[in-house]
Amino acid sequence: MLRFSLKPMVRPAHELRAGERATLIEVGGERSFRRRLMELGFLPGTDVRLVRRIRVGDLVEFEVRGSHISLRGTEAQALRFTT
Amino acid sequence: MSNSAVTTAKALVAIAGNPNTGKTTLFNRLTGTHHKVGNYPGITVERHHGELALPSSRTVELVDVPGSYSLSARSREEELAIQSIAGLGGSPVPDVVVVVVDVTQLARNLYLVLQVLELDVPTIVALNMCDLLESRGLELDDAALAAELGVPVVRVSALHDAGFEPLTRAIEQVLDGRTSARPGPRWRPGTPALQADVAALSALVPAAWRPASQAGAPGGSRAEALALWALLSIDEHDELDDVPAELRRAALERRSAAAAGGRQIDAEVISGRYGWIDARIARFVRQKRDATSFSERLDGVVLNPWLGFPLFLLAMGIVFQSLFSWADPLIQLIEGGLGWLGSTVGSWLPAGLVQDFVENALVAGVGSVLVFLPQILLLFLFIGIMEDSGYMARVVCLMDRLMRALGLGGRAFVPMLSGYACAVPAILATRTMERQRDRLLTMMVIPLMSCSARLPVYGLIIGALFPAAALWGFLPVQGLLMIAMYLFSTLTALIAAFVLSKTLFRAPRVPLIQELPPYRMPHWPSVLRMMWLRSRSFLESAGTVILVCSIVLWGLLTFPKSDELAQRRATETAAIEGSSLADDAKSEALSALDAELSAAELRHSLAGRLGHAVEPALEPLGFDWKIGIGLVGAFAAREVFVSTMGVVYGAGREADEQSLTLRSQIKKETYADGRPVYTPLVGLSLMIFFALACQCMSTLAAVYRETKNWRWPVFLFTYMTVLAWVASFVVYQGGMLLGFG
Repeated sequence: MLRFSLKPMVRPAHELRAGERATLIEVGGERSFRRRLMELGFLPGTDVRLVRRIRVGDLVEFEVRGSHISLRGTEAQALRFTT
Repeated sequence: MSNSAVTTAKALVAIAGNPNTGKTTLFNRLTGTHHKVGNYPGITVERHHGELALPSSRTVELVDVPGSYSLSARSREEELAIQSIAGLGGSPVPDVVVVVVDVTQLARNLYLVLQVLELDVPTIVALNMCDLLESRGLELDDAALAAELGVPVVRVSALHDAGFEPLTRAIEQVLDGRTSARPGPRWRPGTPALQADVAALSALVPAAWRPASQAGAPGGSRAEALALWALLSIDEHDELDDVPAELRRAALERRSAAAAGGRQIDAEVISGRYGWIDARIARFVRQKRDATSFSERLDGVVLNPWLGFPLFLLAMGIVFQSLFSWADPLIQLIEGGLGWLGSTVGSWLPAGLVQDFVENALVAGVGSVLVFLPQILLLFLFIGIMEDSGYMARVVCLMDRLMRALGLGGRAFVPMLSGYACAVPAILATRTMERQRDRLLTMMVIPLMSCSARLPVYGLIIGALFPAAALWGFLPVQGLLMIAMYLFSTLTALIAAFVLSKTLFRAPRVPLIQELPPYRMPHWPSVLRMMWLRSRSFLESAGTVILVCSIVLWGLLTFPKSDELAQRRATETAAIEGSSLADDAKSEALSALDAELSAAELRHSLAGRLGHAVEPALEPLGFDWKIGIGLVGAFAAREVFVSTMGVVYGAGREADEQSLTLRSQIKKETYADGRPVYTPLVGLSLMIFFALACQCMSTLAAVYRETKNWRWPVFLFTYMTVLAWVASFVVYQGGMLLGFG
């Protein structure tokens, strides 16, 4: 079935598979968290790769602009992507 | 140049950069062994500085700025970074800032460079880790970078000791004014609304933040930069000191007005800077080919759901095993050396009060500190290796879920691990945490971790009161008890963190943002230097406090002198010596007399009276007044207990936990009715007391220095000591009820 939509499909971090690349469209969460993520390069429009899920600590590892940053699974929900 | 008026003053060069860029390694290489550690003005965060000789052989002062991703502070250390780069909060304004840049993560590193350029301080960019470009499939155009940034750009290799000459030459040229290195901001607020915000706030930037050297800066760019900093850093929850109330209020107003108008100032500014970078980055670096890094493959194992945790436990097992087996020969060496020193110095002095003081207060006091050094050095060596190799960042991730459940984050794990060595450097290590509440909570539970000072106490009690035999033929009772004490203390610390986070320190969680830097071989000089600096904070703090306490304790144990007892000692000694006994019998009689009189002198001393005074409080725990003396002494520092018990039982002050005389004295000790004082139950109660009580002046002093508030050390002391008393009471009385007495 084909579906057409004018808006790109928004996907929260937990819908991304390990190894998948996606474009960041929104950074949410409380201010200092959001600010630091943006300073590390998580800006809307940036290509981000979900490197792996670290199940032992319940974290998600992203690669953004060449650096590897891990966030808690729940807190990573503040990041929304489109592919 | 700010110091040009004072020609004798050395120019100040600050080395800044993102964490994990090899900044500290470069600092170490440049300064060689000529570095000192001081404190930042006003607070006790270490400020590493050293001297660097420039090509013209003049020297400049080099300061190692804490690593930070940005100048908007998220942790205490990052707050220091802005202060030292911008010359705020009492820090001098640097004459040159060298920003160390990791070329494999150029975009993010350039973000900090842009912020430094906005502050309008002379800047040099040092490109580090260039040797990794090839393996990452990257190609770098230094000339394009230098042209766009407008500052000198030099390649260095901190690891391979290369490129220092071009860097020092660049520093010299900037200092001489031959290169300006102050090109002004690369990015400026673009929208009229943001420009109005910045203009309004720059008018409120206090004059003290604008040193005379910056007066002629183009367009007052420094004030604008600080206005941007205020807009991005100030909010209702920040923990910034020294922000003028007017500026704070205005920043908050501007920000909420912008939000009401649908503008996000943070995003505007940060995207603006990254916009500048993104428009040029393709000219600076080219990706020649894709390469999955070695680190990413290794992380597949280290962070593996099945292997990650067992590997971590294995690493910890090796650390603790070596801590006990490798440190032992060194400890014995130190003990031997001190014993020799004590008796040698003692033999130069005439017998009497002075000799007693030097041998038993000074040498023994210093000695009780020094014996811990091998274990502390080793633990900090391992922590340094874990940090420098990049493994510690993975440990933070592995431990985060557990630590989160206890109301702390993965970041709290590193200071708590240091607590196994010594609480003092562990408390200093809380500075890397982001929020004051988390720092406080961590400080409140670190002293529950079984530090190395508890080891001699456990050793004495376990050795004296528990069988050396194996249980059911294969379980070594003594070894198991030692492990049990470590597990007990770790569990208690974790439970205490949980309880405190649910009561006194209720707060929402701070989100975790943890970089996983690439793995690399530890740089040994840096690891060794960190090991030494951390151990030194133990030596300085513990050294002074413990020395003073052993002197006081010596006084308590020695005074007041009893004339009657002194006379008895003189007459009866003379009587024995003049008797017709054989030499063996004589010396036996003499030592029996000495033990009897020493015990009597002890009862007469201030310490003896103190022991009697506290006895009623200790009786329900199974302790008598002599143990009371040991406990009074141990409140200065735990390990003092062993040497005090040596004096109390007349086994001599040189007694240590291995001393057979002290162990057998303890076993022989009885009450007036013939019951033994020490049973295994009493030993257990005593060990529980030592595991929980806050018997360490240096820890309390360190907590005070970090919090600048007497409430926290008082709270720490009270809750731990009450906990210790209650737990020992339950163990002893419960054990008696169950018939283990």
